[in-house]
Amino acid sequence: MQTITLNVNGAPVTATIDVRTLLVQLLRDDLRLTGTHVGCDTSQCGACTVHLDGLAVKACSVLAVQADGAEVTTVEGVGSSEHLHPMQEAFREHHGLQCGFCTPGMIMAGIDIVRRHGADLDEATVRAELEGNICRCTGYHNIVLAIMAGAQAMAALPAAAE
Amino acid sequence: MFPFTYHRPADLDAARGLVAANEEAKLLAGGQTLIATLKQRLAGPSDLVDLAGVPGLAGVSRGGDALVIGAMTRHADVAAAPLVREALPALAELAELIGDPAVRNRGTIGGSVANNDPSADYPAACLGLAATIVTDRRRIAAGDFFLGLFETALEPDEIILSVAFPVGGAAAYEKFPNPASRYAMAGSFVWRGEGAVRVAITGAGQEGVFRWSEAEAALAGDFTPRALEGLALDGDAMIADIHGSGAYRAHLAGVMTKRAVARIVGQG
Ligand SMILES: Cc1cc2nc3c(=O)[nH]c(=O)nc-3n(C[C@H](O)[C@H](O)[C@H](O)COP(=O)(O)OP(=O)(O)OC[C@H]3O[C@@H](n4cnc5c(N)ncnc54)[C@H](O)[C@@H]3O)c2cc1C
Repeated sequence: MQTITLNVNGAPVTATIDVRTLLVQLLRDDLRLTGTHVGCDTSQCGACTVHLDGLAVKACSVLAVQADGAEVTTVEGVGSSEHLHPMQEAFREHHGLQCGFCTPGMIMAGIDIVRRHGADLDEATVRAELEGNICRCTGYHNIVLAIMAGAQAMAALPAAAE
Repeated sequence: MFPFTYHRPADLDAARGLVAANEEAKLLAGGQTLIATLKQRLAGPSDLVDLAGVPGLAGVSRGGDALVIGAMTRHADVAAAPLVREALPALAELAELIGDPAVRNRGTIGGSVANNDPSADYPAACLGLAATIVTDRRRIAAGDFFLGLFETALEPDEIILSVAFPVGGAAAYEKFPNPASRYAMAGSFVWRGEGAVRVAITGAGQEGVFRWSEAEAALAGDFTPRALEGLALDGDAMIADIHGSGAYRAHLAGVMTKRAVARIVGQG
């Protein structure tokens, strides 16, 4: 067992865990932040995408002990039910989801795309950047539209960005 | 996962001490290969020695005629580094083609080179650019480093510190990615310098990355895609699996090489 201290969605967290615990297990099972999903558990599908020190990573492929001292943001940390993050609002507006299972990962990946490419995204860029996020409802068309619109909305509302 | 002890040493000496003292220890870099291996119980190290806390292992610098990339430099940072984009744009492009953004945000050049996956991208650049793998005890030429499937010249407790790529010449990398994993089905790294040509093929050979010497000889005389007409790799020596036959990969390696040559010629 090892005790780690990290910052999750702006709040300090201390946890004593088996060193084999994955970051996604810490988030879901210990912290009850179940917005981060486990899809494939083999780092292919991206449903578990969170931000680790500001960078999108697959939480099923990171040990929780590797996040000791780090800042983690999950989908619960980007907005609230009352005030959705512009990227979440764009997914709602553009019907960027069907079953919703991949959506938290898509949103976290989408925000990361904007961080690296800015607000003016073209479709080809978004499709290439979504390489590691799989939607089994095959609803990519509206996901891409939502991320492009979310990027514009984030630029218009800088205060609401992460 | 089998149980292990986790360490995050604060300097290189401590890391060296830990791997030297524990025969079954393993180094942990980005974890993008190793953690999946642990989860599948394909490896059961006694100790994981995380290099994340060792200072000085990440970053790109220019040392004389070489670009030196620290072992812990992540794929995304190699792809974005202005020094790499200016001096060796083909290397930056290669890094950008690895996996997906989240993998590139964690995976490192040291981990990729140490792992020597037969379908990985960096080994092709190392051979094609005649890189030197710098470890905690010696400097190893890329040509002596990649020994076979997941096999390298590294001692069990040897730590890669950086990879040094000579600057100069013109280069291009062309890869046909597996549509699901993005690993290379075949990738060709072509380099052309003063009177010399190197062609390194990844993703295809059963023994991992290799130099295609017949293609190099043909291109040395006539550096055009046409010079490769009629040349063929041996399909029986290529990987055959559910994704493609050996003959398919042999053909694909030729196509990727022609495309890389065409790009270099196009660069002028
Ligand atoms: C979904 C997915 C897609 C991928 N697609 C591609 C692709 O298209 N192309 C490609 O090339 N790769 C691909 N990869 C692999 C990726 O590039 C890995 O990051 C890389 O192979 C290993 O690097 P790492 O830093 O994650 O190493 P780790 O997983 O931490 O370690 C890998 C091995 O290297 C050893 N090691 C690590 N650092 C050192 C060091 N400094 N000195 C000595 N030994 C060391 C470890 O002990 C371990 O045995 C993909 C991975 C995933 C999960």
